[in-house]
Amino acid sequence: MFDSLTQKLSQAMKTLRGQSKLTEANLEAVLREVRMALLEADVHVSVARTFLQRVKEKALGAEVMQGLNPAQAFIDIVHRELVEIMGGQAPEHPITFASKPPTVVMMVGLQGAGKTTTCGKLAVFLKKLGRSPLLVPADVYRPAAIEQLHVVAREAGVPSFRTDVKDPVAICAAALAEAKLKGWDTVILDTAGRLHLDEGLMEELVRIKAATSPDEIFFVADAMTGQDAVRSATAFHEKLGITGVVLTKTDGDTRGGAAFSIKQATGQPLKFVGEGEKLEDFQRFHPDRMAQRILGMGDVLSLIEHAKDKIDEKEAEVMARRMAKNQFTLEDMRKQFQQVQKLGSMNKIIGMLPGLGQMKDQLASVATDKRIKHLEAIINSMTPAERANHNLLDGKRKRRIAAGCGRPVSEINQLIKQYVETKKMMGQMNDPKFMARMQRMAKMGGGPNLPF
Amino acid sequence: MGVGLLGGLFDKFKQGLKRTQDLVLAPMGRLLGLRRLDEDQMEELEDLLLQADLGVRAVDQLMARLRFELRGGSEIDPKAVLKDELLKQLRQRPARPFVASGTQVVLLVGVNGVGKTTTLGKLAAHLKARGEGVLVVAGDTFRAAAIDQLERWGERAGVPVIRNQMGGDPAAIAFDGATSAQAKGTPWVLIDTAGRLHTKDHLMKELDKIHRSLQKVIPDAPHRVLLVLDATTGQNGLQQAEVFARTAGVTDLVLTKLDGSAKGGVVVPILDRLKLPIAFVGVGEGVDDLIPFEAEAFVDGLLDA
Repeated sequence: MFDSLTQKLSQAMKTLRGQSKLTEANLEAVLREVRMALLEADVHVSVARTFLQRVKEKALGAEVMQGLNPAQAFIDIVHRELVEIMGGQAPEHPITFASKPPTVVMMVGLQGAGKTTTCGKLAVFLKKLGRSPLLVPADVYRPAAIEQLHVVAREAGVPSFRTDVKDPVAICAAALAEAKLKGWDTVILDTAGRLHLDEGLMEELVRIKAATSPDEIFFVADAMTGQDAVRSATAFHEKLGITGVVLTKTDGDTRGGAAFSIKQATGQPLKFVGEGEKLEDFQRFHPDRMAQRILGMGDVLSLIEHAKDKIDEKEAEVMARRMAKNQFTLEDMRKQFQQVQKLGSMNKIIGMLPGLGQMKDQLASVATDKRIKHLEAIINSMTPAERANHNLLDGKRKRRIAAGCGRPVSEINQLIKQYVETKKMMGQMNDPKFMARMQRMAKMGGGPNLPF
Repeated sequence: MGVGLLGGLFDKFKQGLKRTQDLVLAPMGRLLGLRRLDEDQMEELEDLLLQADLGVRAVDQLMARLRFELRGGSEIDPKAVLKDELLKQLRQRPARPFVASGTQVVLLVGVNGVGKTTTLGKLAAHLKARGEGVLVVAGDTFRAAAIDQLERWGERAGVPVIRNQMGGDPAAIAFDGATSAQAKGTPWVLIDTAGRLHTKDHLMKELDKIHRSLQKVIPDAPHRVLLVLDATTGQNGLQQAEVFARTAGVTDLVLTKLDGSAKGGVVVPILDRLKLPIAFVGVGEGVDDLIPFEAEAFVDGLLDA
């Protein structure tokens, strides 16, 4: 729906070509575009204002670095400032553990932010660190909230505290005592969602805090929150002194400007993001990625890391060597398909790429996971000899393969064509002249996310 | 509905919005009390309107209208101008009343955590209090304990809840619900669904499957598809509404959590774009805290001093 900021900026910057300095006059139009982008991303009005002032000061008179055009130089400043304010580098240790266990982590936030699910995700995260978490249901108000936490705990494979006590403060205190007794080293308190305007319920949080002296108080916030994010985060922070923020539901297409607002309003670090339905869909917060997202620059870095995680490096190395020797076979292609599938659904990947967010729907129909599965199925139905030498594939063999994998012969022909083309391209890669040409092109391209 | 009841609802609505006003209206009230606005004041007003989550486009439109009225140094009532403009956008589609005829199937959809289950519970209680039969279908078989939560609401409202096990097929239970209601002549079937982000194609397709299985029982079901929207939602609300409208055939909006400090201004661009009515707003946690949408009260909430 929205044009990406990079597109809009390149439009606004057309007049700047050839100018070597950013000046008050030529900045005005682009600052307006950035303001618009920030507001459309739900960054709070006053936060956006302060930020733009700061960017303007930095940008004014800044020499445009060699190799960058003014638009790129400007985006670079905006991006760096955004990253800086959102916390610079992600902190080494997102959670401060108590020197004497148990560590107490208290989760607070508005209704529907995703506290209970986040408790489960955090428990899984902690388990991977070798901790033994205990989940404590302190939401006695929402119907079935306690059952929900018990179920989440079971899914996470961690214990949850069971009691007949109905008072949230007493529940938390009792859970803490039990954790000490049984050796659970991290206690996660799932408090009830509440409006910051509700004095009574806010007081209850203060009493829970007093009774358990938490090491961390995480404010759980929905990434889709609008301008209200500042007000609610400030209110929780003033009352409780939060120590960190967890941003949920970032797997949608929200630009997540709330993250920036909350960080600015509270000064507390963003620690984690929840990004999916599964308990494993939980990651450390990366300021640089969020900055790109707010600016509408996609999330290239996340994709890269995602890919690194999943692709088996050894296998990739072997394949690279085979490619270099131009020994690429259908068997190698099959492995490639498997690697791509490991990366997760194509949709998730496409969504992470800058500029492709809008095209997701159209692409989804072409590049669906199913298609890759079909291609893999075709190769699976070949004999090892056929995989090693595609020239063996005559009409009779193709019909046999078609029957085996349930795909039409035309699709098999397509696959072979694609394979032959890929192989040809790889042959060129061995040609030193071709590689030199490619390298020159790569140098000229500048940043991968700046299409101008 | 008697005048007294309407008046009562109106008060309730205002009460819900009151807290909102207290927080921001001091500066807003001051600006809207002026008869002429200079550039600084216009800018300040623009910022305040943006803080209501109206979105850049809608605010630009409002500011353009103000500038138009202010041209040539005329004195104006900025509040009346803004109110007029906002009401025009909010009243494009009047809400349709919930009138029973045969078996009416109502589906509730929305992203995670907006308050679908709570809204359904309140709606069930409301219809039951009118003396009409209600069957509630626990179609959220995904979120842990969602079914239990709905059963509590069923007990509270005194209406039966039909369910299958967690992880079951929501389309199958919807089918069962529609079949049972039709056989017994129950006028209302309210179907809860799991929260889903509008960007998840496979989950959006599941809604389509629910539609199809309902239509096997009642060809024109679902009669109403309520998109539940959280008032704290920012501009992403527009994307949510667009995708749900396109893929789930949304007929009405429900705006929840209006008792907080968020104003739900994003419904203005949504209504402008999608021409949908707002059926209800949620203004609290009590069973009576689901009330019909009143455009005027809503706008007053945004602008009143």
